[in-house]
Formats: sequence, C-alpha cells, structure tokens
Amino acid sequence: MQRWPVLLFLAWVCFLFFAGIGLFMSGFLLTRIELANSSSCSDPLVPPPWDEQSLPPGSCWLPRRFPKAVLVIIDALRFEFARFNPAKASPLPYENKLGFLHRLASSQPRHARLYRFRADPPTATMQRIKGLTTGSLPTFIDVGSNFATYAIQEDNLLAQLGQNGRRVVFMGDDTWEGLFPNKFFRSYFFPSFNVKDLHTVDNGILQHLYPTVDSGEWDLLIAHFLGVDHCGHKHGPDHPEMAKKLTQMNEMLRSLVEHLGNDTLLLVAGDHGMTETGDHGGDSEKEVNAALFVYSKTPLFDTDPPEEPEAIPQVNLVPTVALLLGVPIPYSNIGEVMAELFSGDGDAASAALQQLSVYHVNAKQVDRFLRSYSQVAQDLPAEQLQRLQELFSSAVEEHTQLLAQVQGAMLTPPEMEPRLRSLISRFQLYLREARAVCTQSWARFHPLRMVGGCALIAASCLLCYVASELAAVSDSFYRSCLLYPLLWGLVVAVLLGLACTFTQEGLDLLLLSSCAAAASQLGFFWHWWGRHPKRARLRLRAWLVLAFPMGILLFRCGAMFSDSFVVAEARVAPFLLASLVTLLVGKLHWDGRLTVPEGPRQQLLGFSSYRKESWYLLCLVAALLLCVRLSGFFHQCREEIPQCRPSVFLAPLASLRNTRAKNLFYLLCVALLAGMVYAVRSWLRHYGNLNSSDPLVLFVRWGFPLVVLCIACYWAVASSAEDSLGKLQELVQVAVVAFPWAVYGLTSVGLLLLLCHPMTVFAKDTRESAGSIVTPYQGVPSSEVDFLHVIPQIYRRMQESQKNRLERGSCRATVAAYGLGSVYSAALVIALTLLGFLLMLLHSERLSLAFLLLFLEAFVLLHIHTRFFGLSCSLILISLSLSPPSLSESFSVPWFAVISWLLAASQFFYSTGHQPIFPAIHWNAAFVGFHLDHSTNLLPAVLVGANTFASHILFAVGCPLLLLWPFVCEMPSSQKKKPKKEPQEELQEVEEHMMEMRLRESPEKFSAALLQLGLKYLFVLGTQLLACVCAAMILRRHLMVWKVFAPKFLFESLGFVVSSICLLLGISLVMRVDCAVSTWFSQLQLR
Amino acid sequence: MRDAEARRLWAANLLRAAAVPLTAVVPAFFMDGFTVLGTHLAWLCVCVLCVGTLNVGLCLVLKPSLPPKRSSVANKISRFLKCCIYFFMSCILFHAIIVLYGAPLIESVTETFLFAVLLSTFTTLQCLCMLGPNIQAWIRVFSKNGATSIWENSLQITTTCSILGAWFGAFPIPLDWDRPWQVWPISCSLGATFGYVAGLIIAPLWIHWNQKQLTYKSR
Repeated sequence: MQRWPVLLFLAWVCFLFFAGIGLFMSGFLLTRIELANSSSCSDPLVPPPWDEQSLPPGSCWLPRRFPKAVLVIIDALRFEFARFNPAKASPLPYENKLGFLHRLASSQPRHARLYRFRADPPTATMQRIKGLTTGSLPTFIDVGSNFATYAIQEDNLLAQLGQNGRRVVFMGDDTWEGLFPNKFFRSYFFPSFNVKDLHTVDNGILQHLYPTVDSGEWDLLIAHFLGVDHCGHKHGPDHPEMAKKLTQMNEMLRSLVEHLGNDTLLLVAGDHGMTETGDHGGDSEKEVNAALFVYSKTPLFDTDPPEEPEAIPQVNLVPTVALLLGVPIPYSNIGEVMAELFSGDGDAASAALQQLSVYHVNAKQVDRFLRSYSQVAQDLPAEQLQRLQELFSSAVEEHTQLLAQVQGAMLTPPEMEPRLRSLISRFQLYLREARAVCTQSWARFHPLRMVGGCALIAASCLLCYVASELAAVSDSFYRSCLLYPLLWGLVVAVLLGLACTFTQEGLDLLLLSSCAAAASQLGFFWHWWGRHPKRARLRLRAWLVLAFPMGILLFRCGAMFSDSFVVAEARVAPFLLASLVTLLVGKLHWDGRLTVPEGPRQQLLGFSSYRKESWYLLCLVAALLLCVRLSGFFHQCREEIPQCRPSVFLAPLASLRNTRAKNLFYLLCVALLAGMVYAVRSWLRHYGNLNSSDPLVLFVRWGFPLVVLCIACYWAVASSAEDSLGKLQELVQVAVVAFPWAVYGLTSVGLLLLLCHPMTVFAKDTRESAGSIVTPYQGVPSSEVDFLHVIPQIYRRMQESQKNRLERGSCRATVAAYGLGSVYSAALVIALTLLGFLLMLLHSERLSLAFLLLFLEAFVLLHIHTRFFGLSCSLILISLSLSPPSLSESFSVPWFAVISWLLAASQFFYSTGHQPIFPAIHWNAAFVGFHLDHSTNLLPAVLVGANTFASHILFAVGCPLLLLWPFVCEMPSSQKKKPKKEPQEELQEVEEHMMEMRLRESPEKFSAALLQLGLKYLFVLGTQLLACVCAAMILRRHLMVWKVFAPKFLFESLGFVVSSICLLLGISLVMRVDCAVSTWFSQLQLR
Repeated sequence: MRDAEARRLWAANLLRAAAVPLTAVVPAFFMDGFTVLGTHLAWLCVCVLCVGTLNVGLCLVLKPSLPPKRSSVANKISRFLKCCIYFFMSCILFHAIIVLYGAPLIESVTETFLFAVLLSTFTTLQCLCMLGPNIQAWIRVFSKNGATSIWENSLQITTTCSILGAWFGAFPIPLDWDRPWQVWPISCSLGATFGYVAGLIIAPLWIHWNQKQLTYKSR
C-alpha cells in the first residue's frame, strides 16, 4: 500500500488551496493592528515655547478656538447633493436641494465653506464612523485586544473629549451605541437596521435636536441622519423621495443654524457617497465623494473660497476638530489639519505662524504614531518609513531654527513669511506622504491578487475533480501527476527566490508560494493532458447519476451569492440535505431497486411490493429527517433577523434560575454522555474489538467512563450557584480548573495510545504448527454469536486437517482474530469519541444534546450510504462472487455520500450554536480549564477554534468511514442469503467474512480509494469555498459585504483549513492502522 | 382508440387546469375582500374543494381505470372508506414531511396542515381516483416503465410537477424582499399550484411528442 504518496498528494492539494486562500485574502481583507495607546494633555509633544504660557484654560496642546461644536452627519450625503448650481434649469431630484448651504456660503464667504470630503474605502457606515472618530483608516479586521464587541478600542475623538471633561451628546443611528458604549453624556439612539424605513431615525432626531441645542448642556453634539442613505438603498438617488428627503434636511439645517450661538462651530458631513443605484461599500468615485460643510457665526477664514471646492480626505476632520476644541489629537490619527481654519484674524505672518504651530503638533503626533506602529507591525514598508523619517526630522530641525530666529526677532515679517510658507508646505508634504503610505497598505483592494486567488482555488477544484475521476491509479500516476508537478513548483519557487535575492527585493513569501502553486498546477495539467490526450467522454447515464448530487451542490453554492441566503443558511443546509436524501430514495424507487424483482405472477397482476431492506432504508431516511429537524432547535441568531430568539440550550446551565430544571437538564446531559459511551462500547463489542487486553482496549473500557465522570464533575462544579457552596469556594476554584485538565490529559493519553497501538484485535491462536490461514470474524468469545462461528470453524479445521492428512499428512490450524474485520473503523470510532468528549467540554452543557444528534445523524448517514450501496449496485456485488471491476466500483465512494456528509457538517456548524459572524463566537471556550489569564494567544485561539469548527473537525476526521462502512456492514447481507445457499457453500461463506480485510487484500486499490475519497471531499469543500470567494469578490461593493459576505468568507476559509487538516489526520490514522495491521500479520507469520 | 384517449386526456387536463385560476377569481364575487394572498386560507380551502370535486367527478365520468371485478355495494362502500382513510393519512404524512423539511412546528399549524391537504389533493387524490386504494399499484406506477396507459403517464407527470413546484416554492422565503407572498406557506402553495397546472399541460404534450416510444404493457 502506498501511504506516503497518497498523503503527499492530498497535502499538496491542500497547499494549493491554502495558497489560493492566502492570495485572495491578502487582496481582499486588509488588516491593521490597533494600538492601545492614547494621547493625553501632558504628552511631551511640546507646543512651541512662546505659546506655553498663553494656553487658555480648557485647552490642550494648542489654544482652542471653539468651546462648542455641532457635527451633523447626513449618511450618504454625496457631494452632488450638497452642491448648488443656480444656473441649472432642470435639476435632477437630488440636485439643488440644499439651497440653504449655498446661501450661507455665498452671503458669508468668510464664515462658511463647502468641501469635497473624500471617504476612504471601505465605504460602509461602521468603518466610516470609525474613520471619522479615530482619524485612521479602518480595515475589515482591526486586530485589537477584543474581538467580542464592535466597540472602538482605539483612541478616538469622543474618548479624548470625555477625558478632558467635555460633554458629548449623540442622537441618531444606533450603530454608534455599539461602537461607543457608555461614552456619551446623553444619547438618543434609533434603530438603523431596517433599510426600508426612511423616517424613524430622522424624525426621532428632529424631535430632540432643537430642545437639546437650546438647553446648552453639551460641548459636542452629534446628529447622525440616516434618511438619505435609506432612501438611496430603497429608491436610488434619482427619485422624487430623495428630493423630499433632501428638502427636509435643508429645512433642518436652516432652523438648526437659527438655534446656534456665536461660539459654536457647525460641521455638516456625509460619511460616504452612493452609486447610481444607491449602494455603497466600495471605492468607486461616486461612493467616496461626499460633502463637508463648515460654518460658524464668527469669521473662520481669512481668504475667500476658491472657485472649485477643495477636496480634503475624511480623516482630516479628526485633528482639525480636536485642535479647534482644544483636546489632544487621537493617538492613531493620520489625518492632516485643515490649516485655513486656524488662521485667526491677525495679519498674514501671524496667521502663518499659527498654522505652522498647528502643523508642527500634527506632524509630531503622526510621527509618534508611525514609530509605535512600526514597532508592532511590519506591514508598512520599511524604506518608505525611513524616507518619511528623514522628511520629518529635516522639517522639525528647520522649524526649531526658524522659531529661534523669530523669538530673537532676527527676521522682519516680510522676509519671514516665504520661509514660513515653505516650511508649512514641507510639513504638508510629510503628512500627505505619511497618509499615502498608510492608505496604500490599509485601504485598497488588490484586484489582481483577488482574481489570482480566485483562479488558484478554481483550478485546484478542477484538479481535485480530474484527479478523482482518474480511476486507474498506478505507480506512474504518482510519478507524472505528483512528482513532476511538485518539481515544477519547486523549480519556479527556487528561480523566483534567486531572482529576488539578485534584485535585492523583499521576498514576499505569499506571492512566492502562490506562484509555486500555480506552476505545480500547470505541471499537473500538462502531464495529465499528456497522459490522457483523449478526454474520456462521460456517457449520458453517468452524467445523470452525477446530476442530482451536483445539482444540490450547485444550489448550495448559488446560495452563497445572496446575502439573505447566507443569513438563512442555518435553514438552507438542512433543507438541501433532506432534499438530497429524499431525491436519491425517489430515484432508487424510480429505478425499481426498492421493489422485489418482479416474478411472473406479480407481473401478471401488475403489482409491486417493497423489499425488506427498502423498508429499513425508509426508516433510516425518516430517522435522518428527524435528526435534521431536531438539530434546528440549537440555533444561534444573527442581528439581521430581529424577531429571532436564540435557542435556550445555548445558555450555560449556571444561568438557569430554576433549580429543578437545572438538575433535570444536568442529569439528562450526563445520561446522554453515559449513553454515548455505552453505545460506542457496545458497537465495539459487537464487532469484537473489545476482547483484547491491549492498552487501548483497556482505555476504552476504563478510560471512557473516567472521562465522562470528569466531564460530569466539571459540569456540576461549573453550573452550581456561586454562593451555595460557601466555604468550599476555594475548592471549587481548583476543581473548575482541575477537571477540564483531567479531561484534556485523559483524551490526549487516549489519542497517544491510539497512535501507538491502534490495533484492537484479539487473536486466539489455536495453531499447533506454523499456519497462515487467518479468519477474521466478529463476535464475543464464549457468546452465542461466537458459537455460531466457532462450530463451522472447528468443522472446517477438522475437514482441512483430514484433507491435509490425506494429502500431505501435515496439520494446519487457524488463528481466530476477533475484531480484525472492523479494525480500521474501530480506531476511527475511538478517535471520534475522544474528540467528541473534548469538543463537548468546550461547549455549554446542553449542547451535548446537539452532539448526540450529530453522532446519531452521522451514523444514520453512514447506514443510508451503505444501504444505497447495497441496493443500487446489483445484488451479487456484496456477496461472494465479486468480479474485479465491480470490486473497484465498490471501492469508490459515490458523490452523493460525500456531499451529504459535508452538508451535514455545515448543518451542525449551525446546530452547535454558531453563526459566521464575530459576535456569535463562543469566547468562553477559551477559559475552559483556565482562570482568566493566558500567557500566549495560541492556546485560547486553538480552544475557540476547536469550539467554532467542532462539526467540521468531527466530520472531516470521520470521512474515511464513508469508505469503510459498507465493508463493516457487509456481514448482515451475506448472512441473509445464507439459507438460499447450498450447505457446502455455507462454509465458504464463513470464510468470506472478510469485511475490511477485503481492503487489505488489494492494497493498491485501498490507497487509491482513500486518495479518491480525500480528493472528492476536498473538491466539495473547495467548491463551497470558491462560491464564497467569488461572492466576496463580485459583491465587494454590496451593502452587506462587511456584515455578511466577508465574515462568511472568513469562516468558510478557516473551516476549509480546519477540515482539510483534519481530513489529512483522519486518513493518516487509517494508514497508521494499516501499518500496524501489516506488522501484526508479519509477526503472526513469523510465529 | 389511442387518439380518442389522448383527446379525452386533453379535455380532462385542460378542464382541471382551467379550474385552478377560476378558484382565484370566482369567489371574489361572493366574498368581500377575497384575494389569494390576503385571505390565503380561504383560497386554499376553495382550491382544495374545487380541484377535489372536479377530480372525483372527472374520474366518475371518464373512468380511466378498469372497474373492479367485484362491484357489490358493500365493496364499494369499503373502497370509499378506504380512500377516505388513505387521503387523511396522506395529509398527516405530508404535514409531517413539511415540518421535517423545516416548517414551523407550533406556529401556523393550520396553514401548514391546509398546505398538506392541498398537496394531497394534487397528488394522493389523483392517485386514489385513478388507481384506487391499492398501494402496490401506486408503487408500480411511480417506477420506470410502470405506466400502463396515458392516464398513468399523466398522473406521474402532474404529481411530480406539483411536488417539485412546492419544493421550489420554498426558495424565495428567506429573501429580504418583504413581499406578501413570501409569508409561509403562500409561496409554497402557489408553487405547488403552478407546478400542478404546468404538469396538467405538460403531460399531454409530452405524451404527444413521445407517442412513438410509448408502448404500454398490456395487463
């Protein structure tokens, strides 16, 4: 049996997929690390000495210009909405509606100004709010200290205002509530979720806005209107509703300005724009082009506005507002101040001096941020940082020189001004370049990488399919389809690596590996094409067989492209699973496989009736449907479905108030655990795997109940009421840690034993001399079943010895090996049970019910698969006269089995209380067996990952069972036929109870079958992944991309990685058992 | 002979197909505020009754299946009772299957049950009319090469189409379009109805096109 080539091939395919995922992710998911630092008043960002003494009270870093500010955010206020062009004769519905702003700007040009406000992608509201308050470029994943909440952890404007004792009042979009919990002096939140609702938020704000403004109990007032955005989503911008909405906003602004005092700054901003269809989220011109309007009743500017409104980046608002209000700039800000707002009302030179000091503080703050960021992360290119550093230090040096000259009064204002201007432009240059460097690495999709990753994944899927269809697997297959492609990949990798070292360019490991992957794929297809110049044409019938399962797979992949279906996937997967299974039963019926073959009499009557096996199959299908439906009771909710209530079973027992219910549930869970152990043990006993005295068997006998005991004790301790134990509190503290560790220890001992001695075979050696006949059969010695087999055994031995004596005069005897027939699946079942215990420990107590359903459903699926096998192939196949071609057919697992197995895996992802969104992750799994501290991040990540992908792990490890099960179950079918056979044949029959040993008989085919199974599994997984990747790529401008598609893609790809690794582990476990069986046989022969 | 049979089938199927849209239109004249979407339960009842009576009536008039050999009154009554029991059981079975496929268990039981009755009317009732309460015959008809007349072929096609329609009807439910017809079980029952009507029209066409290949085993 070829073990290493199979594993290597699968590992290579996994690597291809991983390279594709990595490449796509690097183009799609832009990550950034959140710094925990925050600015404070006393930071040594020394303000210029001549300012220090004159800093008025309530100001930090620089004197404040305004004690109060109103920030009106009109969601999706595109620049075209705010612009007013009186010359336009017939304006579109969204044009010329905000006439009040135009009037202010034209009548008071020094008080008001309109800007183009350039938003950074992603232009989704949450990311924009983050940008507008932290002054940074939020990416999809801001790697911070806490994933569990959406709350902004970084230093931000609101935190700075709070630190300095300012009162922030908020009204509007409730997204802010999640982002800034308890940060507001007063707040009025309104639900933002329903996109169809144009008025709730706006009317709510209008109700509170003017009274709040008049009361004066605020320093910063934020009003976030959603109507325009929702109108865009519902009707698009070019619609009369939009005109109404904008007119309403115009009225609101008019009366707001009437209520404002002289010391108040008014900012009206759009957080992003919208496309012609009213969507946003991407980086097209219309989406990033928003409007900003600044107004104050005191003069703001010392020059007249430019002809064409200036375009300023959105992040510039943060340092500007911070310094205007006299609070420190947030630590992670990379924006540049809008200097014209700081010019004051002095002469040109003092205005320039003022602006210079603002720029100086701003540049120092950005420099400090870049330094601390480059210490924790390497994603900003080093040489560019170096250049920025030089730019900064030279500008600061000149600044100090200039200040000294100014203080010494060595310069007259006229000659000072040009130098001031040039210095300002140098600071500006520094700030802009710094921002550009950050933008380049944080806020741009890389379409080329995305397409490349997509293509890699698609090609890998194709490769899986093609390779799994290659029936004849020979030595040359591995040489031409594994070795040569690997060599191609290696050569390309080495060449690229050399090229990189020669050209002194930084080596991008990801690009290198994806190039290598692409090259090796090309190699594979090249050699495959060479080997199979004529494509073996699939016959129509073969296509029809494929059509049903592949059609279901197609539906599943299509569902990834709609946000509603992704949200509802918890119901889609079981629906498709149920449909697939019933469809196949229907097809079997249609083909007449379920009915008794028609005898002449029945043909005469025209009646047909079902075979006994068919009824059994129908019962199994009913059981499967029941399992599928019951597992739906363990669902978790997403915020997109507001009326959904999460399942009560998800809460830990400790949260139950009713003691009786708690005890009842506890007992139920423990009983389930015990029942599972009993079921596994009786299954093993039935197949004779519990007879030997190997350490592994002993572990199954005694270790399993011990594990269950530990879990039960842990649950008892963890779910007991806090105060009920009184003095035992300390003991409980110890127990809460000790019991999980006992379970971890025991399961790892069990898994180690499984690796060292995977054989669960009990050999009864009755030979007198060296013999080589081994009859594996099941059963317990000294039980009734045993006698059934032992008697013919003895009879046969007598017969043989007589025959031998007659023929050669030598005596041959047998070795009876109990459990040899199911040795592979026994190892897998033991491994699965151990993993199951471990994963149940990580979930809350009552989810063990879901796990029980999982095991039950997997068992039923395996049986259905076996039955289908028996019914759809001809009757002879499983009985003795196996002809070689049909044998090879029985070695390949049909597609429907693989697809239903994977559908069940994704169904139980949802049924163990998970959803592909970050807030739904069970974070407390990280603290099973730990107090609230972890020294590294690795261990909690592993625990939480194991919790999240529990069903992926179990189904992937159990995947080889799909191949093994029909062989394990072959016993009953051949027994059934026994009465029909002649007595002489019956003897033959007993010998033919080969079960899994049939696989060992043709090791080549066994390894090929394992490879084929692995490839099919990877193909189906990969197709789902491909659908997710394509959905994320195509719909990257979609409203829901950051809420639905991107998390779904992330969970799916992580699930793929976990599944593929576990699949490799499962297959290598089978190989390990095979090794052990080989040594066992050779020892037997030596003896 | 064949042509006459085919013409009878055309007539019967067109009549049945025409009855379905009528159930949506006609009751509006008698009941205030009757719409298919608004008063869905009422429409379900009307549709079930109309299609059911029409099916039974057509069956009595056209007699597509051979009359049973023993036709005593007691025998007829027992057959009728058996039919009723079978129909009721199929309603329960459909209800169970629909719930297993993910329909709500406790809420909107009435809707689910009426939907099950509708499906039974489209499928089981036809089988009962055509084949009588004889499960073995049903099993035979619904397998490859099992149909022995164009009526049975038509039965196969309409039944499959109804069930497929109901299955496809479940697809729009999760979409966030907020349409009235997305409410359970409206989309499914509409899908089943459309499937039924489509099946009624497809069946004679299919038979017409495959006339050459269709060879029925004589009983």
